[in-house]
Amino acid sequence: MSSSSTTVLNAQAVARTVRRMAEEVVELFDGTTDLILVGIQRRGVQLADRMAAVIESTEGVRVPRGALDITLYRDDLQTVGPRPVVGKTHLPWAIDGKRLVIVDDVLYTGRTIRAALDELADFGRPARIALAVLVDRGGRELPIHADVVGKRFEVPEGSRVDVLVSELDGEDAVMLVGGAKG
Amino acid sequence: MSAATIGKDLLGLEHLSAEQISLILDTAEPFKEISLRPIKKVPTLRGATIVNLFFESSTRTRISFEFAEKRLSADTVNVASSGSSVSKGETLVDTARNLEAMKIDMVVIRHGASGAARFLADRIRSNVINAGDGTHEHPTQGLLDILTLRDRWGSLAGRRVCICGDVLHSRVARSNIWGLQKLGAEVAVCGPRSLLPSAIDELGVTVFGRIEEAIEWAEALNVLRLQLERMQAGYIPSLREYNRVFGVTRERLDRAPRDIIVMHPGPMNRGVEIDSDVADGPHSVILDQVTNGVAIRMAVLYLLAGGQPHLAEAAKG
Repeated sequence: MSSSSTTVLNAQAVARTVRRMAEEVVELFDGTTDLILVGIQRRGVQLADRMAAVIESTEGVRVPRGALDITLYRDDLQTVGPRPVVGKTHLPWAIDGKRLVIVDDVLYTGRTIRAALDELADFGRPARIALAVLVDRGGRELPIHADVVGKRFEVPEGSRVDVLVSELDGEDAVMLVGGAKG
Repeated sequence: MSAATIGKDLLGLEHLSAEQISLILDTAEPFKEISLRPIKKVPTLRGATIVNLFFESSTRTRISFEFAEKRLSADTVNVASSGSSVSKGETLVDTARNLEAMKIDMVVIRHGASGAARFLADRIRSNVINAGDGTHEHPTQGLLDILTLRDRWGSLAGRRVCICGDVLHSRVARSNIWGLQKLGAEVAVCGPRSLLPSAIDELGVTVFGRIEEAIEWAEALNVLRLQLERMQAGYIPSLREYNRVFGVTRERLDRAPRDIIVMHPGPMNRGVEIDSDVADGPHSVILDQVTNGVAIRMAVLYLLAGGQPHLAEAAKG
């Protein structure tokens, strides 16, 4: 398998896309009242930070942020091994009655979001939960859709979409890593 | 994704690598937060059946394991030696094989014989966790002690820890010594010569005959429980004498040249190996140890359960 790797979004394009996603979130919720951005570990957390920075500059409001690690809620834990590393979950406020936006880097099978919804239900009962993703690559295995989408790519099975964020990877980019024909 | 594993069983710290010990400690970190949630439970071990097989009495360790199991959604059964087939003379292996025939996944075992956990692990397919075997090891206690120190210090490298008291009979001491040394700490022991193993030199530890010297040297003391039967057996002249010479008291700690952390694996004999104003005072992290115990045991259960290595690199959602 040749693993060619192409940049589909560079740093500028990522910044532009995140800005639009943040604006769409504010529009979707008609403001920022009771809004909480919950990033999925790992790269969703950094994307949620970026979106919060955009909202702060346009709306003048600091939107609270949380981080959710869904590892312990995965539906494939009995079959994967060695055990995946568990990251930190951090939701410092009660989420009852709040309006949550789950932020993730790539939406694919939908199983991560299923796990995130189950985990959030153990923390409380938000008034609403929406989903914002930087990339929707298709290939859903569950009835889940995103409310705010940065970019849509139809990516064949066997290929991978890698989102890079400068905090963890040294640069912002979206890469298409092709196993198959590309 | 880390490729490290800790294997099928957790029998002791002697044969784990520094990387494996660090993996358990790092995994325990996110598990601490679960016990602070409104619903203190994650579905990770749903459907797994765990047997807590305790041939010796235990309150803290058994309850801590049971909380860890329940907070991971496992189904648990407690078997105590009294009132079970064990007291009718059934052998360890027969007991375990019968349990295994009922389709269990893991066994947590405490037993009075050193090596009992290993003996069992070699003979059954379920994962085995040693919750204390004779005077050999008590790995989860060692791990929770080390985690409590790491919480305070960030790293164990170069730190000085003294284990005080009945090292001879202590499985806690052995697990601590091996675990701490692997992570780069310097370890000493302090106690009456009669309660130190004759081959103590082989463990690579400093030996102090006086508690004052230990306090002068150490940044943390792990004070072991003095089993009251040791007096009847003639290891020490009297409890009062022991407290006078080896007791960790406020007056002695006040003369320490630096901040010193005091740990105790419990249950404490107040006024014997440790005074009440130390146990309840600012040096003590004894209740932090208890809290960390649940997180460490959750981490060990998580790392041992499920996960079949040949199915590695499964798809990411």
